[in-house]
Amino acid sequence: MSATPVLALRGVSKRFGAVQALTDVELEVHPGEVVALVGDNGAGKSTLVKTIAGVHPIDEGVIEWEGNPVSINRPHDAQGLGVATVYQDLALCDNLDVVGNLYLGRELLHRGVIDEVSMEKNARELLSTLSIRIPSVRIPIASLSGGQRQVVAIARALIGDPKVVILDEPTAALGVEQTAQVLDLVERLRERNLGVILISHNMADVKAVADTVHVLRLGKNNGSFPVKTTSHEEIIAAITGATDNAVTRRAGRRDAEAAK
Amino acid sequence: MSDTSKTVKPDPGAEHQNTVAPADDPTAAPVSVVDPRLLIRDEGLKGYVTEFKRKIKGGELGSLPVVIGLIVIWTIFQFQNERFLSADNLSNISYYMSATGMLAIGLVFVLLLGEIDLSVGSVSGLASTIFAVFVVTHGMNGWLALVLAVLTGIAIGALQGWFFARIGVPAFVVTLAGFLGWNGLMLWLLGSSGTINIPADEGPVKLLGQSSFFMDQAIIGAYLLAGLGVLSMLVGSVGEQRRRKAAGVPFRPTSEIALRVGALAVASFAAAAVLNNASGVSNALVIFLAALVIVDFVLRRTTYGRKVFAVGGGIEAARRAGINVPMVRITVFAISGGFAAIGGMFFAGQTASATLNAGGGNTLMLAIAAAVIGGTSLFGGRGNVWSALLGMLVIQSIQTGLDLLNMNTSIQYMITGAVLLGAVVIDSVSRRSQKAAGRA
Repeated sequence: MSATPVLALRGVSKRFGAVQALTDVELEVHPGEVVALVGDNGAGKSTLVKTIAGVHPIDEGVIEWEGNPVSINRPHDAQGLGVATVYQDLALCDNLDVVGNLYLGRELLHRGVIDEVSMEKNARELLSTLSIRIPSVRIPIASLSGGQRQVVAIARALIGDPKVVILDEPTAALGVEQTAQVLDLVERLRERNLGVILISHNMADVKAVADTVHVLRLGKNNGSFPVKTTSHEEIIAAITGATDNAVTRRAGRRDAEAAK
Repeated sequence: MSDTSKTVKPDPGAEHQNTVAPADDPTAAPVSVVDPRLLIRDEGLKGYVTEFKRKIKGGELGSLPVVIGLIVIWTIFQFQNERFLSADNLSNISYYMSATGMLAIGLVFVLLLGEIDLSVGSVSGLASTIFAVFVVTHGMNGWLALVLAVLTGIAIGALQGWFFARIGVPAFVVTLAGFLGWNGLMLWLLGSSGTINIPADEGPVKLLGQSSFFMDQAIIGAYLLAGLGVLSMLVGSVGEQRRRKAAGVPFRPTSEIALRVGALAVASFAAAAVLNNASGVSNALVIFLAALVIVDFVLRRTTYGRKVFAVGGGIEAARRAGINVPMVRITVFAISGGFAAIGGMFFAGQTASATLNAGGGNTLMLAIAAAVIGGTSLFGGRGNVWSALLGMLVIQSIQTGLDLLNMNTSIQYMITGAVLLGAVVIDSVSRRSQKAAGRA
């Protein structure tokens, strides 16, 4: 892990009308680091990644890219820097095959004509380096399972050679096996020295793959923990904002009952 | 988990949802072993048969229903009237299908978006009238008038597309308004006379007329066209096979290429022989075929074509991929309007006139039916432009056959309606079985 973060947010604020969505948020992502972004509903996770992805420009603060301040005002700016976003709902065309989807919007051309051969070759290489196995790169996306689609969606984000990949709830709506498949892929992204921002509600996933957990609460930083040395309960406490809350009370009751 | 569970976690490729395999599945262990669920075709004839069965089960009917339908229709009409399969009649079919076929080409674009353009019939009639007014009333050069008429069609399509894409009016309502409105404009232009006769001895009308043939009926002409088609397919397939081999990706075996090229050769040389037996290949048909080849190339090999398929398959995904969805929609409707106008020129060539019922009646229904019968889905994202050719063969065969049997227009309408309904039913059912097979 290098010392300079590939992406850093310093004191970022974002306001929608009367709603202060983000206040003085700090975030650092290093190459080869998986940063989990957790928080309750409405904590500002989605807003935060959208500011990085260029969907919502920030109002205050600085976004640093490899140590230099940059302005991200449009999705195009973020893509230009090397930020790839995989959204929660799959953004794939059911009728196109895997190769067509991977290269959608940036087809390789050979004398002005779509170069299917090079695209297929590169797609096979990319999928095999990521150890993604699908029945064929030439079948329509509609034929793939949910997990396979998600890994294709993530692989699609890698076509543009990004440095930071944002995954918004990549394992929501996936089964156990498929979740494992996606988590494997996240680990492979880290091995490729990419910075990964992982939004998840699932603590098991976070504990499984993340290096650092950033907790957002009510649009503010509420702690940043190294995953290895932090317990599940500490993270939950940071998310809910107190040690005394419904979740801990419930756990305490259970413990008390068990003690009896 | 990153350390311990990696060994426990099964390999992601060996995800067994369809086939329940024991945990110590031997195929999952070595990496080089082929995934049992990979779709790999066996060598030789057996492979074709199994793949064919798989596709039929999955609802990927392709052009199978239309080929079967064509054989059935031809058999029935041949039994009713032995002149049906005569060279002259088949030549007639090939000539008359070109006009509506042009409309169907434009409709394929619109159907690929999952939309519909109900105005193509009226636009074709309007274009033929505009052409006639320019040529006859204003004495304009025929080719200039043709360009203006086609540009009018493109502009009309773009306008309708703009209402759909930018204002958000459902396409079928916009084009339904167009269906009525452009027909009204045509009637207004034709005025009280109702018909404008266009001199048939020069310009586009002569070229598209019934007595205009490729290379002036030279016997070699038809075979030249057939040879050109077969040769370009052969060169293209072999070239692609070579490039795929060089890149190390799966390629079509030589046997399959030979089979495909052979099939095309038989079909096209047989067609050439039949047409030569009559009077040759009409120029209208040559233009129709050329348009099919060009459009097929645009749809399959250019980024624009890919964008059309992407918008038809998932608007949100297309937008996120950076595709300008409104632009694609507007251009698609403009293309549809343009082809409708070209079809109008063909109608003008057929009758050497612009008449009140040009592009009226069941023209629109026939064009839609042709595209759908040929295998382009009404639900968007699936199909190809050759469906315009196959569908038109079916539609024009029915039309010509019923004419031969002296059937009343009333019967013709009913039969055309039934055929359209049948085609849409096949489309819907195959889509449902595609969904069931996880392919839609």
